Amino acid sequence: MLLRLRALVIKEILALVRDPRSRIVLIMPPLIQLFIFSFAATLEVRNNSLAVWNEDAGAASAELVQRIGSMGTFEEVAYVHDESAFNRQVDYQKSLLGIHIPQDFSSSLAAGTPTTIQVVADGRRSNSGQIALGYLSEVLEDFQADMEPGPAAGAPAVAVRHWFNPNLHYFWFVVPSLVAILTTIMTMIVTALSLSRERELGTFEQLMVSPLTPSYILAGKAIPAFFVAMAEASLIVFFAVFVFHIPLQGSVLLLYLTMAAYILSLVGIGLFISALCATQQQAILGVFSFVLPAVLLSGFAGPVDNMPDWLARLTVVNPLLHFKEICKGIFLKDISLHAIWSHTWPMLVLAVLNTSAALAIFRRKFS
Amino acid sequence: MPEKPILEIEGLCKSFPGLDHRALEPVDAEVPPGRIMGLVGPDGAGKTTLLRLAAGLLTPEAGSVRVLGLDPLRDAARARELTGYMPQKFGLYEDLTVMENLDLYADLRGLTGEARDERFETVLHFSELKPFSGRRAGALSGGMKQKLGLACALLSRPKLLLLDEPSVGVDPVSRRELWRMVHELIQEGIGVVWSTAYLDEAELCDQVVLLSGGRMLYNGPPRELAERVRERCFRISGITTGRRRLLTRLLDREEVVDGVIEGANLRIVLREPDERTMLESEAGEKSGTVHPVEPRFEDAFVDLLGGAPPGTSALAEKIEEKRHGEDARVVEARELTKRFGDFTATRAVSFGVRAGEIFGLLGPNGAGKSTTFKMMCGLLKPSSGEALVSGTSLSHAPGEARQKVGYMAQKFSLYGMLNARQNLEFFSGVYGLRGKARRKRVDEMIELFGLADYLGQSSEKLPLGIKQRLALACAVMHTPDILFLDEPTSGVDPVTRREFWSHINGLVRKGVTIMVTTHFMDEAEYCDRIGLMFRGDMIAIDTPHALKESVVSKDLEKPTLEDAFIELIQRWRDRKEVA
Amino acid sequence: MDGPPISARRVRALVKKEFHQIARDPSSILIAVIIPLLLLFIFGYGLSLDSHDLRLGVVLESSDTEARDFGAALTGSDYFVVDTGHDIREFSDRLRDGHLRGIVVIPEDFAVRLTDPGKGPAIQIISDGSEPQLAAFVENYVKGAFRVWLRQRQIESGRVMPPALQIEQRFRYNPSLRSRNFLIPGSIAVIMTVVGALLTALVVAREWERGTMEALLASPVTRAELVIGKFIPYFFLGLGSFTVCLLLAILVFRVPLVGSLPALYAVTCLFLLTALGLGLTISAATKDQFVAAQIALNAAFLPAFILSGFVFEIKSMPMWIQVITFFIPARYFVDSLKTLFLAGDVWSILLPDMLLLSLTTIIFLALTARNMARRLD
Repeated sequence: MLLRLRALVIKEILALVRDPRSRIVLIMPPLIQLFIFSFAATLEVRNNSLAVWNEDAGAASAELVQRIGSMGTFEEVAYVHDESAFNRQVDYQKSLLGIHIPQDFSSSLAAGTPTTIQVVADGRRSNSGQIALGYLSEVLEDFQADMEPGPAAGAPAVAVRHWFNPNLHYFWFVVPSLVAILTTIMTMIVTALSLSRERELGTFEQLMVSPLTPSYILAGKAIPAFFVAMAEASLIVFFAVFVFHIPLQGSVLLLYLTMAAYILSLVGIGLFISALCATQQQAILGVFSFVLPAVLLSGFAGPVDNMPDWLARLTVVNPLLHFKEICKGIFLKDISLHAIWSHTWPMLVLAVLNTSAALAIFRRKFS
Repeated sequence: MPEKPILEIEGLCKSFPGLDHRALEPVDAEVPPGRIMGLVGPDGAGKTTLLRLAAGLLTPEAGSVRVLGLDPLRDAARARELTGYMPQKFGLYEDLTVMENLDLYADLRGLTGEARDERFETVLHFSELKPFSGRRAGALSGGMKQKLGLACALLSRPKLLLLDEPSVGVDPVSRRELWRMVHELIQEGIGVVWSTAYLDEAELCDQVVLLSGGRMLYNGPPRELAERVRERCFRISGITTGRRRLLTRLLDREEVVDGVIEGANLRIVLREPDERTMLESEAGEKSGTVHPVEPRFEDAFVDLLGGAPPGTSALAEKIEEKRHGEDARVVEARELTKRFGDFTATRAVSFGVRAGEIFGLLGPNGAGKSTTFKMMCGLLKPSSGEALVSGTSLSHAPGEARQKVGYMAQKFSLYGMLNARQNLEFFSGVYGLRGKARRKRVDEMIELFGLADYLGQSSEKLPLGIKQRLALACAVMHTPDILFLDEPTSGVDPVTRREFWSHINGLVRKGVTIMVTTHFMDEAEYCDRIGLMFRGDMIAIDTPHALKESVVSKDLEKPTLEDAFIELIQRWRDRKEVA
Repeated sequence: MDGPPISARRVRALVKKEFHQIARDPSSILIAVIIPLLLLFIFGYGLSLDSHDLRLGVVLESSDTEARDFGAALTGSDYFVVDTGHDIREFSDRLRDGHLRGIVVIPEDFAVRLTDPGKGPAIQIISDGSEPQLAAFVENYVKGAFRVWLRQRQIESGRVMPPALQIEQRFRYNPSLRSRNFLIPGSIAVIMTVVGALLTALVVAREWERGTMEALLASPVTRAELVIGKFIPYFFLGLGSFTVCLLLAILVFRVPLVGSLPALYAVTCLFLLTALGLGLTISAATKDQFVAAQIALNAAFLPAFILSGFVFEIKSMPMWIQVITFFIPARYFVDSLKTLFLAGDVWSILLPDMLLLSLTTIIFLALTARNMARRLD
């Protein structure tokens, strides 16, 4: 029986490799996407502009402005001279933040009377705005401390250490996540769509009439898909490590073992979708209905921590989330075996459940 | 005064990138008004290409095509007004009702106001679709769809009507009605081009353009072509047993150009008229008598193509004789019923196939043949009833039972991306052949079927005849006892078809049981017994000869199988109405 | 010569036909209504940049009042869920395994370091750098909390005069600072991209596969009519889809809509034309549903999601990618929607966006017409 399975697997791989369209689809898009999205997907606050409306002519304000300018958070400082220009900068999204220093700033400081600086941020980019405001506040605090009379005691120091990613390179977060995401799309296409295409072409009937049982036929689809997906994922990992120089702290073996579990879960889902769907069109919609929510709820764009509790708990059924966590963990953190397992067993459960369901559906339809 | 031809084709050529031969070699033809021109040939001959060129859907590579003097490309607007085109699959929107389809085409062709209402009336009446105008096109039967397609093509009162295989797979009653409709149309002076793969339809046309592999083999009245083989056609009747063996022997002979089974008789075409004596002595051994018969278009076609291949099948020679009990019912259907929702595809269908017999399921598309067939193969679960092969249902059967079954699907399901050798290796692997035995078998198949020259190409690029051979090879590699063949020869040229049947005949002589489905009447003649299916019911089961005899009457002295079918359908309907 | 280039009657007939098909085919409704609703729900609840209840471990190496006071300040914060301990080793594994998002170490000599920075940092903030967004948040908020606490302490101990320098913070637009308020408009843009691509990518390919395209081409219908006849029904379907999303956004997610409805619909119409144009181009070019679907997934969804500026800001991307985003129509739509929802009819932003959308529409329409072969070869 195993030899028959081997014939199936060889056929599948040949069909994939000999189809010029498949060849292109399997290699090009993931690599292109890897390159572009790695650079694009960042939540860092960079390249922003600060609008400065300084109505004061004194030294103090000049000093403050200079300090802010050298902060590094802002690439550009735009100087405006009236209220409408100031408002326009933020309204028209030319600047992320705007500072308005009143006319009596330097004189008030010298006299020791209260004075207020207005800081305006673009609420449409409230997230970046808040982070930039944080940095700005620090500068202002330092400035104020320096301005106060008395010994330059200095404010208490705060040490910040970002473990696992000291410079907070967004890359290091994005690329491992992309390993998971791009593998997902490829695997779903190869599994779900190819099975429904075979049914539409009619060769599937030939298989059903042969001595192969439904389990072997599904295995004949699952195994090649598995290997192709593993190859794809390896390609992406290769690029991650050797081109993007993402550190790989944990064990490669564990990465591959968990990758296998993940791909198994995806293949199971793919088989399930194609078992349910009679036509290719339905299979396409099915794949979309899985991939889109999976990507959105994986924590890639919005952290799981920020989701409402009920939703956060639901994400346990999202294999993409688990594998992403594992990838991140193995690449950057060398996370514990316990943590790895806590993400692996859901994937295995999904693999088993979906594959059994697919098998059950096939058996029911055909006998 | 000769009238201006409606369609003129001169030196028309067309190639497509990726095909190594031209789709159309220079073709010359003319369709005068009020005539039907038959465009005849197997799949891939170039029929559709020619029609599309005439409709202005393709650009000629060389030569010209003119519709009433207009160029369909340059004078597109005017040419389109004068041309009605019905593509394969009829060009209907299945989700739309009959009326909505008609509305769409009427609007597209600029038919409005009173003229439109009038035309709708005429066309609906003509096609007998008036009572169904609110029904979804997808819910119509094959024959009705065909008529609707024709109706849509007729809306703008075209002068030229291009019909692409309008009668394929349709029941014989509807086919006859369509011909009647078209004959009425030509009274009005319309010129019709009717493309078909059915050679018997060629004889109904005023003139025929015979295409094969893009080349025009003949252009003229069908009678004239048939005349070429006058004096050379004979029927051998009264054979007691072993007509297949006789046929094989005859086909092996040099002097015999073509031979087919016609029910209980054989029909032979000789190379020379005076070989008759040889024929008589051969036939005499089987107590058969030889009579000359009227030549048919098909006879001449095969002659033109070089004649039928030899009768002995090298493949069949190689396999062992299958042994089994005399009357063992190898394949059996008991009250097979299949319902899809509230649509009943087959109703209590019962039949049995004896070992070593060729059993054919005959009927138009939609009759329930494929459904029945799939239930027999274990691909569909019956709603009620049983489908048994060697005593067990294939769907519950373990692998060993399936090991004895071979299957060839419609349109030869091969893996298009794989080449011939890879396909052979795949199927042999799936059926459990391994190691040296497997390699030997694969090599054998390549040699027996002459596939050596085609090994490198992806199988989807192979010519249709080669694909068929490859599909058959894949189906028999594991030497099954029973073969299921679903429309195995649809669309192939007659020579390839005969070769295929010589293999089948050889296999049957070695004791293989064969069940085949077809909608070709003449192919049904090659079977030992046939089951006629119509709209889900099995209306008759018997040998082709007996079926024909059962409808002999004063008006029908020498009925063809098609006549028999039509008559039996009529009787069936009458019986149902009474009941 | 093809006769009059566009006949209203023929277009009407094609549109009618398409509407009939849509009404009788459930998958179009699925794509136009069910999927957007589902996606918007997921976007709305699942995507948020507002952190709250982040798990923090506070290590109190010192037990004096100052330390405990600050520790309490952290515990009392709405942004954190705090676990207190005395040894960093309790927490470092948990941080690594993702159970904690940050650790704050309050050292033994906290009180001393408060007044004498020379002795070392008063607090140490450790974050999980593998989640940079959360790490930045943790840093920001803990620092902020510390500052506030220090300020408070100084005021209470009366040591320093009320600050001479006050900072007045204002957020223009989105004063509630809910990230949802700008994420949802962006989500709608991404959803519309997906819907547009899915609707059309399958549609033309289907017509080829069913053989009806051939019959159409043999009739007097022109290429322009074919394209328009496909566009119009799906355009209205897309608008319907958009309206559904809009209602969900406003009524359920309570996203404020400052701009005017006409402006909103004007931009949406333009974008739909582009999205549909893209879908039809793909569909007409491939004639194969399998390939069309893959392109829709790869070329429509992912770029719209990542490169449109909806979550990841375009300004933060490297220059060469910013150039690429110029070619992503979703970018302009995201921009306009965010502006319209949160800021109002800011024409200096809307007009350039609309202009660029018009440009892409024209390009895709032209491509579609070209690919919609008038002949079969």
